[in-house]
Amino acid sequence: MRHDHLVTTKQLSRADIETVLDRAAEIDADPAAFADRHAGTLLGLLFFEPSTRTKMSFETAMKRLGGDVVDMGSVESSSIKKGESLADTVRVIEGYVDGIVLRHPRQGSAKMGGEYVDVPLLNAGDGAGHHPTQTLLDLYTIRENAGLDDLTIGVMGDLKYGRTVHSLAHALTNFDASQHFVSPESLKLPRGVRYDLHEEGASVREHTDLEEVLPELDVLYVTRIQRERFPDENEYREIAGEYRVDAETLSAAEDDLPVMHPLPRVDEIAADVDDTDHATYFEQAHNGVPVRMALLDLLVGDSE
Amino acid sequence: MSDHELRVSKIRSGTVIDHIPGGQALNVLAILDIDGSGGEEVSIGMNVPSDRLGRKDIVKVEGRELSQDEVDVLSLIAPDATINIVRDYDVVDKHRLERPGHVSGVLECPNRNCISTDDEPIDSKFEVLPDGVRCEYCETIVREDIPDRVRSA
Ligand SMILES: [Zn+2]
Repeated sequence: MRHDHLVTTKQLSRADIETVLDRAAEIDADPAAFADRHAGTLLGLLFFEPSTRTKMSFETAMKRLGGDVVDMGSVESSSIKKGESLADTVRVIEGYVDGIVLRHPRQGSAKMGGEYVDVPLLNAGDGAGHHPTQTLLDLYTIRENAGLDDLTIGVMGDLKYGRTVHSLAHALTNFDASQHFVSPESLKLPRGVRYDLHEEGASVREHTDLEEVLPELDVLYVTRIQRERFPDENEYREIAGEYRVDAETLSAAEDDLPVMHPLPRVDEIAADVDDTDHATYFEQAHNGVPVRMALLDLLVGDSE
Repeated sequence: MSDHELRVSKIRSGTVIDHIPGGQALNVLAILDIDGSGGEEVSIGMNVPSDRLGRKDIVKVEGRELSQDEVDVLSLIAPDATINIVRDYDVVDKHRLERPGHVSGVLECPNRNCISTDDEPIDSKFEVLPDGVRCEYCETIVREDIPDRVRSA
């Protein structure tokens, strides 16, 4: 899959996913072997909306491979403010670098950006659309903790707007996974995502109550319900409270049930979960580096 | 000579699009990008009584033979439309519409967060589904109200 863009997890076959995860595992096992592999490779970071964590994770990954990054900086200080189109921006930056990482608030921005450049372009989030590098690190974490086949996963929280949820759901259709979606009625999966999952023959069930499925889960993936999705503060508090997990909630689950979260969390996973065997979200965040190293190794620059 | 033929004059050579759902004639012209500025002689019959559709629209374009590819996109708003190609007052060819796989530049994405609605140098692109269309940029599916999504002429 070298010299391709990574726009959505939908473009990835099972074999592609396994290639990335296997490479990430190699890197995890022996990071020193990859330390100078991409000396001289330069990665362009184009973040049109702030995401310190994703940006730092890409920067770390590129530098750990011996390469370096150039960063567009914040939108306020750039020519974007002056009304330059994204199509022009990526065509200019492509001349400076060996690969582009793009985060942009508009859905479809990465797909469009990829239509204009020849260097590999990696989507680091396009609005409510896709976030495939997050998904690959999620899959890596799931594989390490529960395995990807014969998997029963519960995904809970904001399923309507949560792009990490959509990307993960698409990717899991490559594996033998039963997916249970738990959310308030107003934040259920959007029609387009349900349509795709249905087309791909995925095993999907929707719930409003976690208790219905918690005991049978192999993995629980929690996402944040955002305040701004609700017109009313009280309604938000009430609903968010129902979709909160603490050590008490998890007493009904398997003892070793991994609980994941793309972070940052607010209070949807209580701090008392951190000290249990369930807490997998920090490990998940750390996995961002080897997984992004694997992607850069496979997609950007000339690896041997 | 039937009632509706009296209302819209015969054309000598060109294309007659018949059996358009009542009220959709202007959207048909918008999709075909015909706004009169090209000098074509265009006649429109709107809400003409029809046995099959109750009320239908008819569009006649003098001096222009529309190709199958040009007209197939009309299937999104006028699936039962028939296309007659006329030369010297004779119908020389009839087409039925076939649903295209993709349509480009014709519809506007309803999602205001879609990159295709920004000021970028791209045409909208939709995949045609059995029961709707789907934006190839943001993946939004439109099933109802496709006529409302036709780009303004
Ligand atoms: Zn769109």
